[in-house]
Amino acid sequence: MIKKTSITEKRKRPLDKLAYFGIFLFAFLVFAMVVLFVVYILYNGIPGLTWEFLTTAPNPIEQTIGILPSIINTGYMILLAILFAVPVGVGGAIYLCEYAKNKRLIRIIEFTTETLSGIPSIIFGVFGYVFFCTLLNLKVSLLSGALTLTIIVLPTIVRTTGEALKAVPNSYREAAQGIGATKWYMIHTVLLPSASRGIITSIILAIGRIVGESAALILVSGGSAMYMPRGNFFEQIMGSGATLSVELYRYAYSRGENGIGFSIAVVLLAISVLLNLLVKLINKKLGTQKAES
Amino acid sequence: MKDHSILRSARTKSAVELVMHILFIVCGLLAVIAVLFISIYMIASGGPAIAKIGVFKFLFGQIWNPEAGQFGILPFILSSIVATALSILIAVPIGVGAAIFLTYMAGKKTGGIFLFIVELLASIPSVVYGLLGAMLVAPMIFKLQTMLSLPQSGSLLSATIVLVIMILPTIISVSASSLQAVPKTYNDASLALGSSKIQSIFKVLLPAAKSGIIAGIVLGVGRAIGETMAVMMVAGNAAMMPTLLGPVRLLTVGISLEWAYSSGLHREALYGIGLVLFVFIMIINIVLNIILKKGGKKA
Repeated sequence: MIKKTSITEKRKRPLDKLAYFGIFLFAFLVFAMVVLFVVYILYNGIPGLTWEFLTTAPNPIEQTIGILPSIINTGYMILLAILFAVPVGVGGAIYLCEYAKNKRLIRIIEFTTETLSGIPSIIFGVFGYVFFCTLLNLKVSLLSGALTLTIIVLPTIVRTTGEALKAVPNSYREAAQGIGATKWYMIHTVLLPSASRGIITSIILAIGRIVGESAALILVSGGSAMYMPRGNFFEQIMGSGATLSVELYRYAYSRGENGIGFSIAVVLLAISVLLNLLVKLINKKLGTQKAES
Repeated sequence: MKDHSILRSARTKSAVELVMHILFIVCGLLAVIAVLFISIYMIASGGPAIAKIGVFKFLFGQIWNPEAGQFGILPFILSSIVATALSILIAVPIGVGAAIFLTYMAGKKTGGIFLFIVELLASIPSVVYGLLGAMLVAPMIFKLQTMLSLPQSGSLLSATIVLVIMILPTIISVSASSLQAVPKTYNDASLALGSSKIQSIFKVLLPAAKSGIIAGIVLGVGRAIGETMAVMMVAGNAAMMPTLLGPVRLLTVGISLEWAYSSGLHREALYGIGLVLFVFIMIINIVLNIILKKGGKKA
């Protein structure tokens, strides 16, 4: 008796079909979700997105709404937090990759870096409030916010820069030291330039995190941006103020003005897309560069 | 002549080297110092309130009423745990399915687009998710609540759906990268033995990538339990025991909601909630570390 299971005839596997269906369905779901979100945000947000909206401060007398103060606050946050976080983050990555020899210490540093990246922003907010605002007496200010953000983005910078440093071939190091370069000389003339794309990527990722941050900043740097920052640079960063994300929350949740919320969401979305594309572009260039060498 | 001695230049050189070395050590230890400081200050600021209120009363008290001096956070703890568990339960199959699609079924071009979309999903700020949740998800739940003649409000279900969306990119990208790390020979071998593509994926490749996928899930748990803004915008935030269609207040929201107008013992109690949340997160981090270490050893 010849069984029907011949090799020319494919066995039917209903479970396989089901699995294929599930996988494609889930993938489609994710895809459709993102498309829906983007379209919905644009549809609701673009009508309110006028030039005046982007370039003025809110005016309670004429009842106009503008988000310029929060754009400026966001700019300060990016500037200060990147200024603080990049040197220490890159320095930390250099220590991990080039100096540290004690395996145990390396493990501890890696573990704490992982831990930092897993701590939710509201905890950073509470810590920032207790430490920067109260203990160091920096008050609820943009500076406190930037210092808190420095800790928040530190793991991103250490990890991304570390990966870039590890990708630098060892022969570069051997060659530099072989012709008599000291370690620091080798680092700042050979390693850092070779890892520069990784460092730039880490900065872009950090900017994304800074722009999106809200829970921590509400506690440490203020919940509204009604006025333009005043005074000289130091007075401005010692004042309180909301960033774009915090301002979105204030309009949409506290005041129920969803239209304004969506207009700010369009700005945030545009920033996200731009930063993502920038990372893609840099990595693409990196890829071609590698292929050439 | 002395100025140009090589000995002297060697000395300044080695001084620079030493200074830079020390600077790098400080930078390297900054993460350690930060975690240490955060731990110390979370305990120092949250501990006293918990001691004053009483550990048991604080953790297992069912009523949160600051005006009456009642600070029981059991509803917050349970709400956080239920919302996290539910969102993980829904997000894992979707996320792993999408990761399988991304790794094994999407062509180069589709895969690229899909990856870009996942990355975009990961980079959208949480307030934007909160806004989307309040405008897209909550109204659907309102209809359900009306149908069941319940009062319309933010709910655990809305919060869960928003959390699912927010942890999906984490689970997808971590699962996909651990699937990509499985040697191609595994797949070839199982196909050569006559298994179908699906059998190969579910019986060989997924088990091989197990530790990475579990790490992704634990990361997702951490994200879900720590999410504040998006949840605050959809969960209704009443300090009640969790019910699927009723309003809930999660631990994170417990801190931020009343922060602005709290003072005295009330503010200290919020620090106490922070400490409880911090302990949760540290446990998750340690579990994650153990999983990653085990996975690393195997590989």
